[in-house]
Amino acid sequence: MSARNRELAALLPVALLVTAGFTAVFIVEHERAHIGDLTLTYGAYFLAVCLAAHVFLRITLPNADPYLFPLCALLAAVGLVVLYRIDDALAVKQASLFLLGLVLFALTILFVRDYTALQRYRYLIATAGILLLLAPRLPGIGSQVNGAYLGVKLGPLTFQPAELSKICIVVFLASYLAEKRELLSTAARRIAGLTIPPLKHFGPLLVVWGAAMLMLVFIRDLGSSLMFFGAFLALVYVATARLSYVLAGLALFLAGSLLLASHIAHVHDRVAIWQHTFDPNPCHLSKAELRAGEDCGLGQIQQSLFAQADGGLFGTGLGQSLLKLTGPFAPDCQQPFPDCGSILPAPHTDFIYAVIVSELGLFGGAAVVLIYALIAARGFKTAVLAPDGFSKLLAAGLTAVFAIQAFVIVGGVVDLIPLTGVTLPFISYGGSSVAANMMLLALLLMVSDRARRAQGVLVR
Amino acid sequence: MNRPIVRLYGLILLLFALVIWKTSQWAVFDAGALQDKPQNRRPLIEDQTVKRGTITTADGVVVAASHPEGGGSNPVYVRSYPQGSLFGHPVGYSYINVGQTGIERAENGVLSGEENEFASILDELRGRPQAGSSIQLTIDAHAQQVATQALENAIASTPGASGHGGAVVAIVPQTGAVRVMASVPGYDPNAVKETRTFRRLNRDPLAPLFNRATQATYPPGSTMKVVTAAAALDSGRFTPGSVLSGASPQLIGGAPLSNAGGEQFGNIDMTTALTYSVNTYFAQVGEQLGTGTMVEYMKRFGFYKDPELAYPGDEMAPSGPYNSAGKLVTSGFDVGRVAIGQGGAEGQDLVTPLQMAEVAATVANGGKLMKPQLVQRVTDPDGRVTDTLKPEVQSVAIKPQTAAELKQMMLNVTQAPEATGAGLTVNGQPFPGKTGTAEIDVQAGINQPWFIAFAPADNPQIAVAATIERCTGCFGAQVAGPIAVQVMDALLGG
Repeated sequence: MSARNRELAALLPVALLVTAGFTAVFIVEHERAHIGDLTLTYGAYFLAVCLAAHVFLRITLPNADPYLFPLCALLAAVGLVVLYRIDDALAVKQASLFLLGLVLFALTILFVRDYTALQRYRYLIATAGILLLLAPRLPGIGSQVNGAYLGVKLGPLTFQPAELSKICIVVFLASYLAEKRELLSTAARRIAGLTIPPLKHFGPLLVVWGAAMLMLVFIRDLGSSLMFFGAFLALVYVATARLSYVLAGLALFLAGSLLLASHIAHVHDRVAIWQHTFDPNPCHLSKAELRAGEDCGLGQIQQSLFAQADGGLFGTGLGQSLLKLTGPFAPDCQQPFPDCGSILPAPHTDFIYAVIVSELGLFGGAAVVLIYALIAARGFKTAVLAPDGFSKLLAAGLTAVFAIQAFVIVGGVVDLIPLTGVTLPFISYGGSSVAANMMLLALLLMVSDRARRAQGVLVR
Repeated sequence: MNRPIVRLYGLILLLFALVIWKTSQWAVFDAGALQDKPQNRRPLIEDQTVKRGTITTADGVVVAASHPEGGGSNPVYVRSYPQGSLFGHPVGYSYINVGQTGIERAENGVLSGEENEFASILDELRGRPQAGSSIQLTIDAHAQQVATQALENAIASTPGASGHGGAVVAIVPQTGAVRVMASVPGYDPNAVKETRTFRRLNRDPLAPLFNRATQATYPPGSTMKVVTAAAALDSGRFTPGSVLSGASPQLIGGAPLSNAGGEQFGNIDMTTALTYSVNTYFAQVGEQLGTGTMVEYMKRFGFYKDPELAYPGDEMAPSGPYNSAGKLVTSGFDVGRVAIGQGGAEGQDLVTPLQMAEVAATVANGGKLMKPQLVQRVTDPDGRVTDTLKPEVQSVAIKPQTAAELKQMMLNVTQAPEATGAGLTVNGQPFPGKTGTAEIDVQAGINQPWFIAFAPADNPQIAVAATIERCTGCFGAQVAGPIAVQVMDALLGG
């Protein structure tokens, strides 16, 4: 079977899953046990959109990896069903965001055409990436949420530039490392048993990356900084195959983290909560602060774990877990649900994985993580097949940043690492995330198309 | 560059594996501990969104019901108790802020619908909100009312008793069904949902939240002689005609022991000794039987452990000899004094009203102790009866022959002239009973009056134990006897 036919075959069960998921939620919410026209319609829409994207790929990238797109569609399907369970309106909005995302996906493929050309604009792209990060602190358009400056407000739209910035930085790093990787690994000198990289060649790399990290500290986006740092180390390792660079990087990172943790209260609190999740007051708030209802984020991680505890092996079932607080338990809300009035804060964005575990159980959560692992497998396979250094590094970097993003948020939600807010790719609600990840997928598929053509895995 | 890429993938897989391991910890392995965390409000909120089943009495009076409150189509249910303080004990309360007690706590699984597997699965398929099963109690609301009123009257009219409490328990001997469980002073369970009221009640020196029927341990006084006589007869060492000296005082456990009021008796048999509650006689019996036999028979009657009632463990207390450190002891105590419901620092008899009602019920039931039970019937939300009371034998305490002899001896307590309970009647007839007047403070004349009994004599249908705390110069027959009689009259339709 050709690559595209395999892709088509894989998309059908995904559409069925959407129908089944929507039906399950519908039954619970409307107390009627029948597959209504409505849920079938949702399934049909989903299938039609997927088919359109599939036909587009058939024409533009006939050799691209057959599984990447269906796996991402599967994540989108899970996301839509869970969002529909949280709030019907959210799912409808997210569906239109996916449509916009697919348009961006198509535009990326049509306009970039030859992704290797991106190498020529690497400094421009790097500058754009850093400026994007700076934007939330600009007066007039920046907006602050929970002590972090994550969003840019453009009229009615809020945009999180860090999502797009990650692609820019990965493109820059891949391009720069592809050119200088020989120099970085061969021109290194060994002094007293330590491998010292040639500073001349490392310089620009450190400048761009350092600027990005500084910006992240400046906007206090811990999740994105973890993500950027992980991608940076991954690419340096892939380019040079030198573990010592990675270890040195990690050592620097730990030192930096300790410094940040002791100087920035916001960072310190996150680490303290992670270490003492069930301590009554891990961040040493004063009595007045406690009375005012402040908890430095302790409550949200506890609620995340309590929600997961209700899940067990198989979960409570879609729509069956406790989420919306009603009656006397409902707090005074200025904002609509789920921004307020949910026992689990941010169930549609940061903590969506906790909702999945609560309703679909350990198996549901593990299945979602498995999908990310499969996407990573296809992404790294693309990197292995890719014919040239830039393609390899670009595919590896995009895959790594995608997988690390999933790890950073899920790891935070399960209290494996300190909680930092990034979205769960293709599942969380949010336009910036959908748009950026659609572009990331487009780039990955373009690398894959060329790689498989070069390998002679030709369309039959 | 391919090798580092593959290694990088290995690292990513490891990170994902860690995430799944951590998820399994929260969702499965540590889930129970997380659900019990005090910060976790989920179980409480979920309980409140389920319509709890109602609780009614055997005669159909609604004691506890749930009403929807707020939230439109997703209301929470709040408990109300239409009978107020009458059923504060033993029904208890169920509120999110103060928790659960009594039957509300013991039967929470049934009332909240968690223990109804069949209905839960069906409800889930239908996507219908869960509802709990309803419970009909064995308790008779009318008799409960009579018992509470009788206790309150006795406390108000007996010198020294006001400011203290009392309790009555009535049991059907053949089934163990608890027909009355009254504890005074009571409290209105509707009021405890106000946290301030709850705190005030908790601090109240009268301890109205304390269920005296199951939890209070008092010296049983001479009612204990029923257990001693049962041990004496059933062990074959004595007969109702066994003769001992009733002289007073006599050396018991190395110290002189007197009869009530220093009364002298000659050589008397056991029937006479029980009829007139002769301390010196039964103390000698206790010493002759020895600690081992006495402990064995106390255990057969249910002493030394919580009653086998489906009730919260920390709201019940075991009966038996307690040392001064508050521990139950099986040896080393003054067995002669324990045999008459007294004792010393190394072992003082302390019993609950529920335990003494069980003693009376055992004799009434031919020597078989039935497990006490409070639930007559469970009905699921669809109206199906899913459970009914099944009588269960807890232990065979004494032989039927022993029980028959003991019953005859106890009948004398109300029948014989000048007997301690002479003149007490149920439906105009004498009945088997035993008085008790435990001395709490000899100098001040403070006593704990008791009465245990069952009726009618030829075909016992109800057994009862009644007591009040700390009255001055009072006796079991005058204070506790009438309470027991009123309860039995109410239950036997007198």
